[in-house]
Amino acid sequence: MTEKNKNEPAPGGIVAEVAQMTEVELREHEAEVADVVATDREFAVGQGETLLEMDNVTMRFGGLVALDGVSFDIKRGEILGLIGPNGAGKTTCFNAMTGVYRPTSGQVLLEGKPLGKTTKHKITRKGIARTFQNIRLFDEMTALENVVVGTDARHKTSVVGALLRLPRHFAEEKAAVEKAMALLEFVGIADRAGDKAKNLPYGYQRRLEIARALATEPKLLCLDEPAAGFNPAEKDELMELIRKIRDDGFTVLLIEHDMRLVMGVTDRIVVLEFGKKIAEGTPEEIRNDKAVIAAYLGVPDDDVA
Amino acid sequence: MHHVVSSAHILAQESDSWINTDTFIDLFWANTIGGLEYGSIYALIALGYTLVYGVLKLLNFAHSEVFIYGAYATWFTFFLLGFRPGPTPELATGELIAFLLLAVVVAMLVSGTTALVLERVAYRPLRNRGAPRLAFLITAIGASLVLQQILFLWRGGNAEQAIRLLRPETLFTVGSASIQNLTIIIVVASILMWLVADTFVNRTRFGRGIRAVAQDPETATLMGVNKERIIMLTFVVGGLLAGAAALFYMMKIPQGAQYNGGFLLGIKAFAAAVLGGIGNLRGALLGGLLLGVIENHGQALFGGEWRDVVAFVLLVLVLMFRPTGILGESLGKARV
Repeated sequence: MTEKNKNEPAPGGIVAEVAQMTEVELREHEAEVADVVATDREFAVGQGETLLEMDNVTMRFGGLVALDGVSFDIKRGEILGLIGPNGAGKTTCFNAMTGVYRPTSGQVLLEGKPLGKTTKHKITRKGIARTFQNIRLFDEMTALENVVVGTDARHKTSVVGALLRLPRHFAEEKAAVEKAMALLEFVGIADRAGDKAKNLPYGYQRRLEIARALATEPKLLCLDEPAAGFNPAEKDELMELIRKIRDDGFTVLLIEHDMRLVMGVTDRIVVLEFGKKIAEGTPEEIRNDKAVIAAYLGVPDDDVA
Repeated sequence: MHHVVSSAHILAQESDSWINTDTFIDLFWANTIGGLEYGSIYALIALGYTLVYGVLKLLNFAHSEVFIYGAYATWFTFFLLGFRPGPTPELATGELIAFLLLAVVVAMLVSGTTALVLERVAYRPLRNRGAPRLAFLITAIGASLVLQQILFLWRGGNAEQAIRLLRPETLFTVGSASIQNLTIIIVVASILMWLVADTFVNRTRFGRGIRAVAQDPETATLMGVNKERIIMLTFVVGGLLAGAAALFYMMKIPQGAQYNGGFLLGIKAFAAAVLGGIGNLRGALLGGLLLGVIENHGQALFGGEWRDVVAFVLLVLVLMFRPTGILGESLGKARV
């Protein structure tokens, strides 16, 4: 495990240490990691309250209506699945939430406040982070650096401070590397922390995207088809990871095609078709919803069920 | 590199009559050291081209004016301190250091501010409107001319006579080269400044932001990086380095500052950036030093009027074999 950590400044030791831990130590260590990962422990306060609200959101691109009056809530602490056939408007939903697009009409509210014209990086700093359907890492940076970029969203050193190398700069850099390392461990790819993102295996890249998004300390984590290209075993691991993320206090919005995964991990599901919401409910309700079954007609049964 | 050296060698054998190999050999060390001196100045200016190119994929041709504004700032600092063109004054070492430090700070501030204003006034409006890349290029050339003409209207077409504070002294000799105090100051200070810039880009959160934006601006923004601030910062850092280069230039060159004096130097520095690999900080340093040395040797071999020709033929040759420069593009990944 350790030999791959060659050109890394600080963290090489952590992985080596973990490999030699006894079971009790390992459990304590995992608790520590979880602690570093979920710095924002206030989540317990507002469990079940509305975190994000899509309020009658319409997105038009010329003649194309990608979203047509879509409304739904995301509650604090839940895993909400967003499903629908290709082109149903799932990714457009993400883009409307993260400020990539502004709704043609309607609004997106985070903690009751409309996002309005908030710029993309400010939305991230307000607490919405995402991963991408097509992996978009900083290829030339190491895995660790990718995650540290995410933590930078929360940092406060000034340019002058960094240039003069004030103690605060070093303290923040050190904390950032520690936190990033903990996140890599959390998603299970710490053994390749020092490798350039482009050299990581596909599964690692997907997990790295999740770690980078978590590093921005989001209230809401949006995962855009995180299991794309995974085999069943990898999908099981991913489900476990998503649950772990929720248990650590994050709210998760999940776009996914794999029905087994969506049904297995989500608390509630919203179904889109042709830009409209056609159903909303628990996995059990969605499974038996006539409109949903119709929308997925032609898809083999075992994929739906 | 290998190709360049060997082809020059073949040329030398074929037609010895118009190649002055004796001068080349006699002045080898002098030209090498002198080349490093000029090369350090190229390198500092090249960093500005490289940083902005790395982040925006923009060839900021107005960077030569960012530099020349720094040169004027240096001149005026000396002038306002009461110094005039002519013989070098007697100064205590402490005074001299204080004046030079003051001049470099003023020059860096003026160049940094010029770069900032340039970004705000010329480039940001284009970015906000999603203008095509060609519009940026034309704007860069236009901004360069505007900044030149402002200087011309204000100070006229004549060069400001050089004001010198540092009395050149030979400290020691290496072969044919006499190493002067000025040489040491310029080369050492330039390399130090390059080191600071390199550390800033590779070891701070702002540098990470710069690299993240260079690789994928959209994703960087979605990860909380403030792209507009990073772009601003990139211009300012480039400007600061050009300001430092301006002081060294004013200490070194005999003819003083002229309103269009940034043009050729800017082109050379740009060539140095491309030579080393544009978008690559190490490439800017290597390209700058190399260009300085090679053009000096070219001048010795072929005569003064061939100096710039040699420099640019070298550039073309290197690009034929390594289209992304000696060290390749690297601030982001190479993108077209």
